[in-house]
Amino acid sequence: MIVETGHFALILAAIVAMVQFAVPLWGSYKSDPILMRVAAPAAQVQLLLLLISFLALMWAYITSDFSVKNVFANSHSAKPLFFKISGVWANHEGSMLLWVLILAFYGAMVAMFGRNLPPSLKTHVLSIQALVSLSFLLFLIFTSNPFERLVNPPLDGKGLNPLLQDFALSIHPPFLYLGYVGFSVAFSFAVAALIDGRVDAAWARWVRPWTLLAWVNLTIGIALGSWWAYYELGWGGWWFWDPVENASFMPWLAGTALLHSALVVEKRGALKLWTILLSILTFSLSLMGAFLVRSGVLSSVHAFAVDPERGIFILGILAFFTGGALAIFAWRAPDLKQGGIFAPISREGALVFNNMILVIACGTVLIGTLWPLVTEAVGYKISVGAPYFELTFAPLMIPLLLAMPFGPLLAWKRGDLRGAAQRLYAAVGIAILVVVLTYSVTSGSSFFAPLLIGLGIYIVVGAISEILWRAKAFRTNWGEVGRRLLNMPRASYGSMFGHIGIGIFVIGSVATSVWNTEKIVAMKPGDKQTIAGYEVRFDGVVEERGPNFTEKLGNFNVMKDGKQIATLRPAKRTYIMRSEMPMTETGIYNAWNGDLYLAIGDKLQQGAYTVRFYFNPFIRLIWLGCLIMALGGLVSLSDRRLRIGAPKRAKEQPAAVPAE
Amino acid sequence: MKQFALTTLLMLAALLIAPSFQAVAVEPGEILSDPKLEARARELSVNLRCLVCQNQSIDDSSAELAKDLRVLVRERLTKGDTNEEVLSFIVDRYGEYVLLKPRIAMHTLILWFGPLALLLLAGGYFFMIFRAQPTASNGGVPAPKIKALSSDEQAALSKLLDKD
Repeated sequence: MIVETGHFALILAAIVAMVQFAVPLWGSYKSDPILMRVAAPAAQVQLLLLLISFLALMWAYITSDFSVKNVFANSHSAKPLFFKISGVWANHEGSMLLWVLILAFYGAMVAMFGRNLPPSLKTHVLSIQALVSLSFLLFLIFTSNPFERLVNPPLDGKGLNPLLQDFALSIHPPFLYLGYVGFSVAFSFAVAALIDGRVDAAWARWVRPWTLLAWVNLTIGIALGSWWAYYELGWGGWWFWDPVENASFMPWLAGTALLHSALVVEKRGALKLWTILLSILTFSLSLMGAFLVRSGVLSSVHAFAVDPERGIFILGILAFFTGGALAIFAWRAPDLKQGGIFAPISREGALVFNNMILVIACGTVLIGTLWPLVTEAVGYKISVGAPYFELTFAPLMIPLLLAMPFGPLLAWKRGDLRGAAQRLYAAVGIAILVVVLTYSVTSGSSFFAPLLIGLGIYIVVGAISEILWRAKAFRTNWGEVGRRLLNMPRASYGSMFGHIGIGIFVIGSVATSVWNTEKIVAMKPGDKQTIAGYEVRFDGVVEERGPNFTEKLGNFNVMKDGKQIATLRPAKRTYIMRSEMPMTETGIYNAWNGDLYLAIGDKLQQGAYTVRFYFNPFIRLIWLGCLIMALGGLVSLSDRRLRIGAPKRAKEQPAAVPAE
Repeated sequence: MKQFALTTLLMLAALLIAPSFQAVAVEPGEILSDPKLEARARELSVNLRCLVCQNQSIDDSSAELAKDLRVLVRERLTKGDTNEEVLSFIVDRYGEYVLLKPRIAMHTLILWFGPLALLLLAGGYFFMIFRAQPTASNGGVPAPKIKALSSDEQAALSKLLDKD
């Protein structure tokens, strides 16, 4: 009964979405405010219905109702409760239900918090948001219904893919979707602005918080995915340039560009068309990500051709929204007034540079991800993997990173490059010091890596210098500086943290990829190995049972300077339902300067085991950097200017009366 | 074409059977005693795809085929092949698909020169805009040219300024 209620609520939500799309739009066309006002309550009802639907599916998972096909295919009664719940979105149908739930969530939030939006803009935004919702609801109902029943319910389920039975990976999809789907708001705002024919500072200020919220979640989602890959896959890597990863990285790059270009629209009224275009493209990339991941086209173009129903449907959604929005763009863009003149060396100029590099980087990832599909379709099967992206993507980032601290130090309209450079003396000085230090500590093992570490330091110190400079530090008394620091808008701190996060990320990723050490050995109980100053003794393997798995745990005693500091227990885990797929559980000791990382492999002859040792210096700075970036976004989001002091649109200038 | 379909089918089948995420990869027994040669082998394996896995190099994969390839790479190296010779040897047998970094050819031009072309195009676009007019809007609309004041205007201006 509960399952049927959920099913019914899902269908009802689709009908409500249809109403939310059509009625307000018709009202806007007929200038009927009553019809237009249908949009907001409809958005809230849609959220309520999808929440009921989602909870109903979750109920089926919690109670292990195997008469529901989706639960049978992806769950098992012995699974811990936490993974029963996360199992709801750990499969295609459930994850698409989460997708539409989050779409409705954003729609309802715009309806609730958009009280200060002009009625026509709000109506159009909610109407377009409903159209996006509707397309995915139809996709769900017609191709991926999670509420399908089985006539003869089996006794137990098939179990969840063991890779997904993990905490970080369980909360990874909700964050990722809050990011992907959040960009739909920017998309709806962009199309609504095109219909309204008005893009101004107020518009940019309304769009920014939604973009920021989506970006923060996407950042956290991607970081979680990478963190999971690091400790779960067992060979110490953290980013593989896998097409699935690229699918989430492309909207992130475009979204980052969007955050920066919306700033120019808000402050200076320039880059309007570009920002609109970028809003459309960012969400299109999210949709493309959904297509790549959900259609199966990645494993093989031919596999996709065998069962194309779902893929074609999403491809249709992608084509409809991207094509439709671009068509409206081509039609309406010429009518939009351009504004804001600026010199190449200026804050705007720096942000244009940021956008140019980020978009080209995004284009590079796009080419690398899609081109193999194209060549495969015409008969050449090629691979594009990490070595390609490292060669093309990384060099693009260097100029961007070098320019980064300059941006906030340049004035709007016309900046003073030399003045900005002078304010970065401290950053450059400290960076040079660190380069020299790194070079000597690592005894010259790499020429470029210390320079890149210096680059990271320069970004971090540069971001701090900028805030200090604005607070007039060293130029006035410290009481005044403190007062200025306290009164500085939160958004300034947000951008500082965002940039510091990038700097820290750079340091971590360079350090770990250049100076990691590795040892692969066969060990018998009692054997000792040393790596990076740690002495590790293998104490044999024990077998233990978990709720739905058995595992072989290796016991390793870690010593440093003659003192016992940790016991690591890397394991091989076999899940009852998926015994063909043993999982690696790594053992990690986290020291201040890096991770000692152990993975145990198969049993060899005479009681020996393959053991992989890694020392990954400063690898945690990678995720710490991402967290600081996300924190920056949140701090920026809390800026009161985005909430109160509601942006008011400038009154239309009355037509000039010709003089006598 | 028929053979192509068969290969695809076989690879799909392998994909289903193959343990995709057991991370054992390089095994102790495979490692060469000469550290220089071993380093070269590792460098090469990072660039070779494990054909039965999803986007894993043979360096990362524990599949049987990846192991065979790793051993093959090391065999060729000990026989004195250069890195390029090893790669050619493997590409001749397993096809271009095995390379994670595609070679430059007609059908990969866009991969290698696409980003560069984008960069040049965008850079050129902005260069033209800013060169045409030191202060131009992003849409390329030139700012109105401001002429110097004529002597009459100058006189009128100073008169106005004097008034206050």
